[in-house]
Amino acid sequence: MTMDRRSLLKGVAAAGAGAAVTALPLEASTPKPEIPPDAFGMLYDATLCIGCRACVTACKEANAMPGNLYNPPEDLSGDTKNIIKVWHRDQPDQSYMKAQCMHCLDPACVRACMIGSFQKREFGIVTWDPTKCIGCRYCQVACPFAIPKFQWEKAMPKIVKCELCNHRINDSTGKPMPACCEVCPKEAVIAGDYRDLLAEAQRRIDEHPERYYPAGAPKIYGAEDGGGTQVLYLAGVDFENLGLPDLGTEPAGISAAAIQHTIYKGFVAPVALYGILGAVMWRNRRSGKEEE
Amino acid sequence: MARRDLWETPSMEPVGEGVDRRDFTKVCLMAAAAVGLSNSAGLKMAEAAEQGLKPSVIWLHFQECTGCTESLLRTSAPGLAELILDLISLDYHETLFAAAGHQIEEALHQAMEANAGKYICVVEGAIPTKDNGIYCQIAGRTAMDILKDVGSKAGAIISIGSCASWGGIPSAAPNPTGAVGAPEILPDKTIVTIPGCPANPYNFLGTVLQYATFGTLPELDDKGRPVFAYGRTIHEHCPRRAHFDAGRFARVYGDEGHRLGYCLYALGCKGPETHANCSVAHFNEIPGAWPIGIGHPCFGCTEQGVGFTKFVHEAATLPDGAHPPIEPEHGPTNAGWYGVAGLAAGAVIGAGMMASKKIADAGEEESS
Amino acid sequence: MAHPEASPVGGPLLTKSYKFLLFFLSIWGVVLIWRFAAGIGAVSGLSDGYPWGIWIAFDVVTGTALACGGYAVAILCYVFNKGKYHPLVRPAILTSALGYSLAGFSIVIDVGRPWLIHNIPLRVFDWNLNSALLEVALCVMAYTGLLWLELAPAFLEKMKDASSPGLRSFAEFGFRFFDKALIWIIALGLLLPTMHQSSLGTVMLIAGDKVHGLWATSMIPLLYLVSCVAMGYAIVVWEATLSSRAFSRPREDSMLKSLSGAMVIVLGLFLVIRIVDLIIQGKAALMFNSGGLSLLFWIENGLFLYAMFLLAGSRRLVFSNVFKAAMLIIFTGSLYRFDSYIVAYNPGPGWSYFPSFPELFITFGVIGLEIALFIFIVKTFPILGGKMPSGSES
Repeated sequence: MTMDRRSLLKGVAAAGAGAAVTALPLEASTPKPEIPPDAFGMLYDATLCIGCRACVTACKEANAMPGNLYNPPEDLSGDTKNIIKVWHRDQPDQSYMKAQCMHCLDPACVRACMIGSFQKREFGIVTWDPTKCIGCRYCQVACPFAIPKFQWEKAMPKIVKCELCNHRINDSTGKPMPACCEVCPKEAVIAGDYRDLLAEAQRRIDEHPERYYPAGAPKIYGAEDGGGTQVLYLAGVDFENLGLPDLGTEPAGISAAAIQHTIYKGFVAPVALYGILGAVMWRNRRSGKEEE
Repeated sequence: MARRDLWETPSMEPVGEGVDRRDFTKVCLMAAAAVGLSNSAGLKMAEAAEQGLKPSVIWLHFQECTGCTESLLRTSAPGLAELILDLISLDYHETLFAAAGHQIEEALHQAMEANAGKYICVVEGAIPTKDNGIYCQIAGRTAMDILKDVGSKAGAIISIGSCASWGGIPSAAPNPTGAVGAPEILPDKTIVTIPGCPANPYNFLGTVLQYATFGTLPELDDKGRPVFAYGRTIHEHCPRRAHFDAGRFARVYGDEGHRLGYCLYALGCKGPETHANCSVAHFNEIPGAWPIGIGHPCFGCTEQGVGFTKFVHEAATLPDGAHPPIEPEHGPTNAGWYGVAGLAAGAVIGAGMMASKKIADAGEEESS
Repeated sequence: MAHPEASPVGGPLLTKSYKFLLFFLSIWGVVLIWRFAAGIGAVSGLSDGYPWGIWIAFDVVTGTALACGGYAVAILCYVFNKGKYHPLVRPAILTSALGYSLAGFSIVIDVGRPWLIHNIPLRVFDWNLNSALLEVALCVMAYTGLLWLELAPAFLEKMKDASSPGLRSFAEFGFRFFDKALIWIIALGLLLPTMHQSSLGTVMLIAGDKVHGLWATSMIPLLYLVSCVAMGYAIVVWEATLSSRAFSRPREDSMLKSLSGAMVIVLGLFLVIRIVDLIIQGKAALMFNSGGLSLLFWIENGLFLYAMFLLAGSRRLVFSNVFKAAMLIIFTGSLYRFDSYIVAYNPGPGWSYFPSFPELFITFGVIGLEIALFIFIVKTFPILGGKMPSGSES
């Protein structure tokens, strides 16, 4: 194909514009996510957990989900919102791990959900709205903790995950009463105001720095990880062993959002492109002649 | 009262009351049932006893509290101990014998000679090994030497109690005497171990009766424990298991859960890692007379590494399969269709490639 | 734009092979009923580890890229003013319209709660503008409608000869409308795919480290866009060749060959951007130390390079090279999308995915439906061109 200079220039200009737009510096890293004033959360101390799994049965009962410990669940699923797993059974450094939704301060699922079915609602609890969800499962792709589960075996499936028992509100305090925290015989998992829990976790690691990981200068997982989560973890072993990934301090999904925002900021680029395209074609038509 | 009277043992003198044949047979049947033998075996036991075929038993005592002997004496209705002891010939027993000193050592020597290769050697108590075993000596000989001597000529060796089975209390850290169980002193011999603190007497009785009647030992596990008694953990046949599975736990002694009989796992029950049959056999022949039955967590007295080792209120290790690993295996879904799917995909891609080749080649011909 | 040379292919619709296709589609219909009655898990190999499988990666992501023929030809024809490509436009737009519609249908099959799918376009106040997927969904919906609108002149032409005067005057009105508005419709039809085809790449970035570094890069929107343009051209070549064979129309050979020049440039851009970006980001080592994924990476690049080779210089004058290159581009562009959505997606140990047979069958059915509809429409409406125009025309 022979291309005269004008067409070539047009083509290069278009490609260049495209490249320039995507190479624009991304938004500066966001400040720490806001903590809701009524933020409610949980603190799980793996060094206290004895693996009795009372919390698993209590969760099932509180949420009217089928299943029990005669046929115990292997993982979170469409009918299991909370589970106890074990790392290194039989070894001296064995640790149990309670897995459920982390209720992130800046959740990836909320960023992903097209129609706002996943939102942080009262108490900062990340909840799922069945009246909006179309079941696209983008939230499953987005969550760095692999929490939202889908009811594959149902014809009318839901997305299932812990919602901090926000349907069980304590009459006197007006706060949720997570069933898992109520039944734990060792108070390995406790619920309460997020800031109080953060302080309590800090108190524990200050008083017993040798008991927690990393020994000597222990860390509270969730204080900053992934932008911060309302469910905090203390453990005696490396958090990565327990399935809690190293996410840095940026909320998950923020770089993807940054790209979108950069390209579509104020919708300027699309409108401009539309204008250019329209103008070019108008001019072509006007000139009457076409190129061969 | 003469010392002799006080220390008279029923086995040495026949008691006036006696027991009628029906009761005796019943007792043998019960004993047979307790160890999983059939009724016919029980009858055979009774027969053998009547014919006076009584194997010799030499009972050694080392680092022990005599609890296991005491436990044995608390079996069944009055006169049963006497009856059971009529099924065997107890030729040496430091607690039950009236004799002492040179007299009893002579009895030991004679019994060993008379029944060499046939007697049952019962060991009660741990054997110290530190400093050549000087911490337990009888008649000038260390426990180690006595056991090696008596054990070498025995037809069967039974360790009764945790101390004789694996060291028990004397072996608790720091184990200052180097206490070990009989299997460590006689590693080449088959030793039946009946751990417990005390051992459940019926576990012992069943083993002895089987040997006495049939000359065989019950099936043993890798630690020498009879499988009929130690084949399961307490957790596996605990009456409170349903509470465990439903997540109902006593948190503190005397709280509501404790009073309702909830599971004691949160109080440190070692049932999940302790092999024993206390939950089905009980003690003192009183139903419910066993630790968990009365509301105290099991502390694993039969299990080496658990009893006298782990803290009483420390959580036990739950068995395999109780918890999934951090990243469980999720098998492929709809696996059955995969072969077909692969074939179908392959066929389509193959057909597409062939078709496009044909078109490409034909295209050349059409090209203007 | 009315195109006098285009005409319906005509002829009987229910040929033997068409009947076979319909029979296959009827079985497919039953499988679809099963999917909706028994749930996705009963029919597919999807799981919580791999919530997106071939229905998304192929039917939607690859399917819409393959449906970018209209986009690609429109750029050439209307922006670069290459009027001679006009005969290719309408069939390309039809392929695009069908492709996008069926991608939309595949979404209805794939989502778990399709009875609420109207929420997406209608609940405007609930739109989460943070979500790349929302932008894709809305754009795709709008573009699909637009494509059918762009195709409307073909239907209007048939309506022009209708017996009823009402329909004839409606057709007249339609032509007048299109005469004025077509430029703005086409401009929108160029803007929308630019937006959503690039965003289809951005969609996977939210998964963070779950997507391997060789695919997850901030350049992914540009790479998706560029490869989609190449795939669009390739589809036009493929479709034009097959149609001419099937319906005994002359094939627009010289046009197809000259499209090759565009393909070479686009492919070159893709490869350069991809590799330079990885080097700049310091990820060059991944290109070699990622085992099977490194191999896939180089297979993708290698196949595109080979396609460029087939189209370079005088080689593009040989039609079979053009056709082979087109097939390669289609395959490799699809592979690139498959890899970034499924193969390079690692949700953690313990999870695996392979489509089940019913899942594959549903995908095949979607393709079959597209073929059946395409055949019906080209036989009934003036879509396919006749001879090449002798001179320039507006």
